[in-house]
Amino acid sequence: MRARAPSALRAFVWKELRHILRDRQTLVILLFMPLVQVLLFGYALRTDVRDLRVAVVDPTPDAMTLRLRNRLEATPRFRIVSVAASTGALEDQFQRRAADVAIVLPTSFADELARGGRTPVLLVTDASDPNSGTTMQSYVRAALADFESERAGLGLGAVRIRLESRMRFNPTLESSNLFVPGLIALVLTLVSALMTAISLSREKEQGTLEVLLVSPLRPWQIIIGKVLPYLALGFTITCLVLLAARMVFGVPVRGSVILLLAESVLFTIVSLSLGVLVAARTSSQRAAMLGALVGTMMPTALLSGMIFPITSMPRWLQPVTNVVPARWFIVIARGIMLKGVGLGYLWFETLVLAGMALLLLVAATRSFHARLD
Amino acid sequence: MRILRFLLRKEYLQIFRDRIMVAQLLLLPAIQLALLANAATFEVTSARLVVVDEDRSATSRGLVDRMRAAGRFRLVEATPSAERADDAMMRRKAGVVLHIPHDFERDLVRTRTAPVQLVLNAEDGAAAGVTLSYAQRIIAEYAAELAVTLHLSPVVGERPVGGQGRLDVRARGWYNPDLDYRYYMVPGILVQLVTMVGTLLTALNIVREKELGTLEQLNVTPVTRGQFIAAKLIPLWSLGLVALTIGMLVAHFAFHVPMRGSVLLVFATASIYLLAALGVGLLVSTIVSTQQQAMFVTFFIVLVYLLMSGLFTPVRSMPTWAQWFAQVNPVMHFIEIMRAVMLRGAGLPEIARSLAVLSAIAIGVFTLSVRQYAKRAA
Repeated sequence: MRARAPSALRAFVWKELRHILRDRQTLVILLFMPLVQVLLFGYALRTDVRDLRVAVVDPTPDAMTLRLRNRLEATPRFRIVSVAASTGALEDQFQRRAADVAIVLPTSFADELARGGRTPVLLVTDASDPNSGTTMQSYVRAALADFESERAGLGLGAVRIRLESRMRFNPTLESSNLFVPGLIALVLTLVSALMTAISLSREKEQGTLEVLLVSPLRPWQIIIGKVLPYLALGFTITCLVLLAARMVFGVPVRGSVILLLAESVLFTIVSLSLGVLVAARTSSQRAAMLGALVGTMMPTALLSGMIFPITSMPRWLQPVTNVVPARWFIVIARGIMLKGVGLGYLWFETLVLAGMALLLLVAATRSFHARLD
Repeated sequence: MRILRFLLRKEYLQIFRDRIMVAQLLLLPAIQLALLANAATFEVTSARLVVVDEDRSATSRGLVDRMRAAGRFRLVEATPSAERADDAMMRRKAGVVLHIPHDFERDLVRTRTAPVQLVLNAEDGAAAGVTLSYAQRIIAEYAAELAVTLHLSPVVGERPVGGQGRLDVRARGWYNPDLDYRYYMVPGILVQLVTMVGTLLTALNIVREKELGTLEQLNVTPVTRGQFIAAKLIPLWSLGLVALTIGMLVAHFAFHVPMRGSVLLVFATASIYLLAALGVGLLVSTIVSTQQQAMFVTFFIVLVYLLMSGLFTPVRSMPTWAQWFAQVNPVMHFIEIMRAVMLRGAGLPEIARSLAVLSAIAIGVFTLSVRQYAKRAA
């Protein structure tokens, strides 16, 4: 029996591959979904605020407040939607979402400024979206600071420190550059962990896994047979995403493409093993699916630093992210794609991924052994 | 009616018998809320700062001190070598490099203006933007401070226009004064939860009967199509509301997310929204034949819906075509209403427009899917 194992394995891999290829619908979605995601992330998901609707509350309009308003209007980002004498209408404007930010000037603004004291200006933002709220605040603050320095000239003894900032590795903060590495991780998790978990638990549900287990195929061969086609699929999709990102948005791969692909294979192995583990622990397709969602997809989307920076997370949560494989993969992918660094800089992350792969592979094979007893 | 009652009993029994499903259904919102509420923030609490101070004057040291004292930056290294700083950034040891050039102090005293360079690691784009704005503020404040301490006299003949007063800008964030990101995310996550339960479970539930062959058996019984759909959808509809209730309780007691508006309004909206969610699930079940397919199709639709709904990024920052697309996206309207009611305490008049659009979409999708289902099964 053992002598025939390799050809049995080959036949089994072939059978699995045909299973996947036969299911056109799933295949189309699997290939299509990442591409749509690249487009969505690249075009639609932006966090910058471009059109800021400003409501000005100006109890005593005069030449000075007019100057201020003109200064604001001169900034392309701002659009003054209303000028009122009191704050009465603000609540309603915010509720209707007709204004994003309100600038409340004090009575006799010009007089106060002339007197030389500190003139209070109140800035109200709709902070139900705190990120936009903070961004909008800083834009308005900058515009007010401009107004001030323009008014004062440089003659007041004002000191200016010119801040020259440079966004290293992604000068224009192009969102596609940021999302594509994370997207690859997400898609690979989806394809490998979720698909494997479902397809294995399906065989379990339908009773065909029992048949496989009593066949001459050994447990590790079954796992390889299950896993290999998805590995190939994941690889194809990675190439597709990279190509699409390259052609549509010009997302660079500054480092070695081969290294990037090798690392993504390593990451795929980790995800696949996770999928096998989930399938071994659950009894139905739906349970496996939910398990894979909670156990792999959610951490990949939320705890990997893909969208939300890990350094921004609370102290207790930051160590938790270390067990999320995608967290390491994203560092690697960003390093290779945006920074153009090689293994010399990424050996630690690679080692962690490799360790995870080894550990999970052993655990996954074990979990299948256990079922034989 | 009797048949429907029996069918409903069967459906509820099936749902509750599946312990794991129920447990996961209850757990899912809790875990997700816990994760998202804590992880989903762009706020930068401690950016790792490397300083390259070539000036080494009292003024440049003062700037570094201000950066450290602000609490947003953590000084990890001070080095005279720009290459070292660059390498630290390559190794992700540094998020920000502040470069103070030679003659910083001298230039400031002589010309009242001097440059400094700030290099940010834009790998984490969102964090880099936020970090920059912190740095801008600290540096501007330091400059204002220097104007006094350096005793720079005004240039003769120049006078400020309109007095010497300075603006004292105070910011206030309405509805969320502490700028707590959780308040913003939680209503959106609740919507996602209801969507997942409504759409995914509906599709899976029906396709499962298809896969097992029990759908065929049902088709040859006196059960009519309408009864079948009603028996399938009513339990899931109620399950969606149960999931929402659990989510709201977790949000309230664990995360202290305010509920400024009427709870009734939230549930009324959810009831309407669920029609759309269930409808999409039903529609998916008509075009697929296995649970695996159902999952992927649903996942795909829900993902596009969620990404384009303003859950993570504001709709108004999207390009125009995406904003139009968002208008016919039921998820977008539901999230809008949830945020308005929970955070801003909006009442029926404020959300009337969104609610009307949402109802129209929900009824449209639901009718379409029921028709499609009847046609397919016939």
